Amino acid sequence: MINIALGHYLILAAIIFMIGVVGIFLNRKNVIIILMSIELILLAVNINLVSFSIFTQDLTGQIFTMFILTVAAAEAAIGLAIIVAYYRNKGSIRIEDISSLKG
Amino acid sequence: MIAHSIFFYFFSIIAVFSAIMVIASQNTVHSVFFLILDFISISCLFIMIGAEFLGMIMLIVYVGAVAVLFLFVVMMLNVAQQKDEWFKGKFFTSHIPFGTLISIIIFLELIIVIGGWKYKPNLIETSSIQIDNNFTNTHALGNVIYTDYIHLFQLAGLILLVAMIGAIVLTYRKREGVKRQSYFRQVSREKAEGVTLVDVKSNKGVNLND
Repeated sequence: MINIALGHYLILAAIIFMIGVVGIFLNRKNVIIILMSIELILLAVNINLVSFSIFTQDLTGQIFTMFILTVAAAEAAIGLAIIVAYYRNKGSIRIEDISSLKG
Repeated sequence: MIAHSIFFYFFSIIAVFSAIMVIASQNTVHSVFFLILDFISISCLFIMIGAEFLGMIMLIVYVGAVAVLFLFVVMMLNVAQQKDEWFKGKFFTSHIPFGTLISIIIFLELIIVIGGWKYKPNLIETSSIQIDNNFTNTHALGNVIYTDYIHLFQLAGLILLVAMIGAIVLTYRKREGVKRQSYFRQVSREKAEGVTLVDVKSNKGVNLND
């Protein structure tokens, strides 16, 4: 318990990843919460990469984390733009209202 | 070592609590604020274990840009005002056991992966770019990212450019009834369409609206 090793960080990342997945499944409110859950999942991946990088003394993980940060920022920007455009057309971003593709 | 473990548990408990609050909070604005708290505590963890540059970048990119973007969209879309109306309807509970089951399975799989890693003792020997403790973290990252990873770095910039163009294209809307200056029409104006010669008759005047 006292000696913090790689496993502690990996379990923390696994817990945050799981919370993000639960957020995608259980969310009944709006699409913005789903985007935030995706950010949580990417954050968990970043924790994994950085802790592996530190504990194995290898810099590659941190470089990869930078690229994941880039992709996460781009994804958030595009996702929010899609949400804004959808809200302008339909007037709602509730999950239950977004069912046009259900047929 | 004691201080390390105390700070690890402190920040990770804050991170897990705020991650739960992100998905459980009734108000979307509160969710965004808990997301900010989550990112701040995780970047504190990064700084603590020696990845200072990434911790600071996380603060700048997530807290400074992404979270503010989320807040901006939440406030622009008036989500908070519609909250009461949304929760009046029936609350869907049929997804909860299903989602919990799947997430627990994913968690167990991740634990199995961690356990499997413990039986690979030669992991450190296979690493490619060793961390040199004579340099700072930022210095070491800069040494690598502008030389070995320059193409990937420029591709990351290209991804950001494409995302910026995409966001502008998606949200751009042409407003009706706004008079704008059109340089193209101004420059391409010819003498033939700009000047008309009118033969003025005596005592009649000129009607310019023809």
